[in-house]
Amino acid sequence: MTKKTLLLAALLAAGTAHAADPVLVTGAGATFPNPLYSKWFAEYNRLNPAIRFNYQSIGSGGGIQQFTAGTLDFGATDAPMNAEELSKAPDAVHVPTVLGAVVLVYNAPFSGLKLTPALVEGIFLGKVAKWNDPAMARVNPGIQLPDAPITVVRRSDGSGTTYVFTEYLASISPEWKQKVGAGKSVSWPVGLGGKGNEGVTGLVKQAPGAIGYVELAYAKQNKLPTAMIQNRDGNFVAPSMEATSAAAAGIALPEDYRISLVNPAGKDAWPIASFTYLLVHKDMKDKAKGDALVKFLWWAIHQGQGFAAPLDYAPLPQPVVKKLEKTIQALQVRGKPVPLADAR
Amino acid sequence: MPTRGDAIAVPAGGALARARVSRLGDRAWAAALVAFGGAVLVIAGLILLELGRESLPAWQRLGVLRLLTSTDWDPVQDKFGALPFIYGTLVTSAIAIAVALPVSVGLALFLSEMGPKRLRAPVAFSIEVLAAIPSVVFGLWGLFVMVPWIRDTLQPLLQKTLGFLPLFQGPRIGLGYLAAGLILAVMILPTISSVTNEVLKTVPLSLKEGALALGATRWEAIRMAVLPYARPGIFGAALLGLGRALGETMAVTMVIGNSPEIHASLFAPGYSLPAVIANEFAEATGAVHLGALAALGMVLFGLTLMLNALARLLVRAVAHGPGRAVA
Repeated sequence: MTKKTLLLAALLAAGTAHAADPVLVTGAGATFPNPLYSKWFAEYNRLNPAIRFNYQSIGSGGGIQQFTAGTLDFGATDAPMNAEELSKAPDAVHVPTVLGAVVLVYNAPFSGLKLTPALVEGIFLGKVAKWNDPAMARVNPGIQLPDAPITVVRRSDGSGTTYVFTEYLASISPEWKQKVGAGKSVSWPVGLGGKGNEGVTGLVKQAPGAIGYVELAYAKQNKLPTAMIQNRDGNFVAPSMEATSAAAAGIALPEDYRISLVNPAGKDAWPIASFTYLLVHKDMKDKAKGDALVKFLWWAIHQGQGFAAPLDYAPLPQPVVKKLEKTIQALQVRGKPVPLADAR
Repeated sequence: MPTRGDAIAVPAGGALARARVSRLGDRAWAAALVAFGGAVLVIAGLILLELGRESLPAWQRLGVLRLLTSTDWDPVQDKFGALPFIYGTLVTSAIAIAVALPVSVGLALFLSEMGPKRLRAPVAFSIEVLAAIPSVVFGLWGLFVMVPWIRDTLQPLLQKTLGFLPLFQGPRIGLGYLAAGLILAVMILPTISSVTNEVLKTVPLSLKEGALALGATRWEAIRMAVLPYARPGIFGAALLGLGRALGETMAVTMVIGNSPEIHASLFAPGYSLPAVIANEFAEATGAVHLGALAALGMVLFGLTLMLNALARLLVRAVAHGPGRAVA
């Protein structure tokens, strides 16, 4: 009995000593999920005052570089690391956190524009240059299309959004794949460049006849009309969080989650979606930080998902969460798994 | 500046000890100044060194000539050429100087010579406020206010009157060299006009009075006495403005269109050196892509140096002109 009390006292003392010495976990990377991550870190810190996160949204490229260089506890990226990057950080584990969607916004006096993959390809290759192009009219019989030029607007800064969108174009168009390819910055055949999602939104808003790609959240917040796009199953789908989550629901995920979600099967799936990832080491060296990080990840894929929708991010579908649970359980700190029973 | 003999302080008598201390102080002061001056050179050298180190992969992979003269910019295939960016930087800065210099000199003349006394202070204050606005605000204003105006008013007007020139042809989209040049003009206006204003204040009263006494009108006095005397200073002011125009990033990238192409028409979208660095640096991963961006930084560095040297020669040339002879 006394022994037990002593033990309890010792444990309590250890607990308070822990609380007095906060754990600071640092990460950096993608800008796209930054609003959600900020919310997560604040909420998680409220639940666990001893753990503080410091996240710098310096861009996915910088996140991967610094994670590889070992200056960060975790990285964040929109596009998964490629083989070359992985070879420099072989112990990197990708943890998808939420889904993002890239949508087409336009400036024209009608809503409900429908686009087939061929039309999207044609517009961004500069081949469909007018709104009343016969091919446009065939797909949109109910809309009075103006006899005006289409002004293509795209991102000028390197970005994960561009990566996802060009990956989509490369997946539907052999010509795009061969001429332009997919990347965070590409050599665009046509169009004007705007800096950031807000730059593209701004250009589209004030240039009649413009069409551009932005994150779903920006389209919603700016109340710009969005185009419906025909998905792989042949349905015209309007962009939404549900349609974005659906893109990841029917897909066979590889063990490392490094998969492109563009043009997936599924009758309601939005065709231009992607995961955004946190990058962690398979075996973490620092006990306190490693424990904190693994428990946070567990929280993020469960309770954390509830914060996604209000901030216009699509939550992970259930099958993905189930698979991720195993991945997180397999993470180690100094060669040992982290007990997650009390994780919150 | 007229020298004032009475301004030289004469040491008070019987203060030899103090003089010795001050000699020590002098030496420390001189050493400190040398350190400050030297630091500028050291920093400039370190910047060049670091840029050189970072950009090495790009120079090696692509070759100096190809990197400088190619018009390709394709990060996916690791093809990089600086020419469209050099061209865009030069064209937009030229527009900015061409527009801002006459307006600034006019403003400065208004402030120092012609304007009613009651108006001078508020106008001078507004110019200073203009200088304090962050460039991103200029960029947003440019994007949402100026670009639509250029597209719907200025470009049709230019096309109707000067449309026979290749400079003013092509589709009217608003964004492009013209928009970037004009926003830069607004941004460098405070610099040029306030420096010019200070320069004009140094013109000796006797010169103006002499001209007026000889029967010159006010305008003639300004044209024949004031401006020639102030010319080197005005050149210097323009140079300061040019420096800002060459390096301006945020406002330019928001209105230039960000297309790495070369067009004769000022209506067309282009790109500038600082804009592409700011746009692509954060997400560039490959060593060659990063190197190419650092190389663009070096080019910008070199461009600024060259234009500065050139402008200095020009200042010297005009300083030896008739203006100085009068002074």
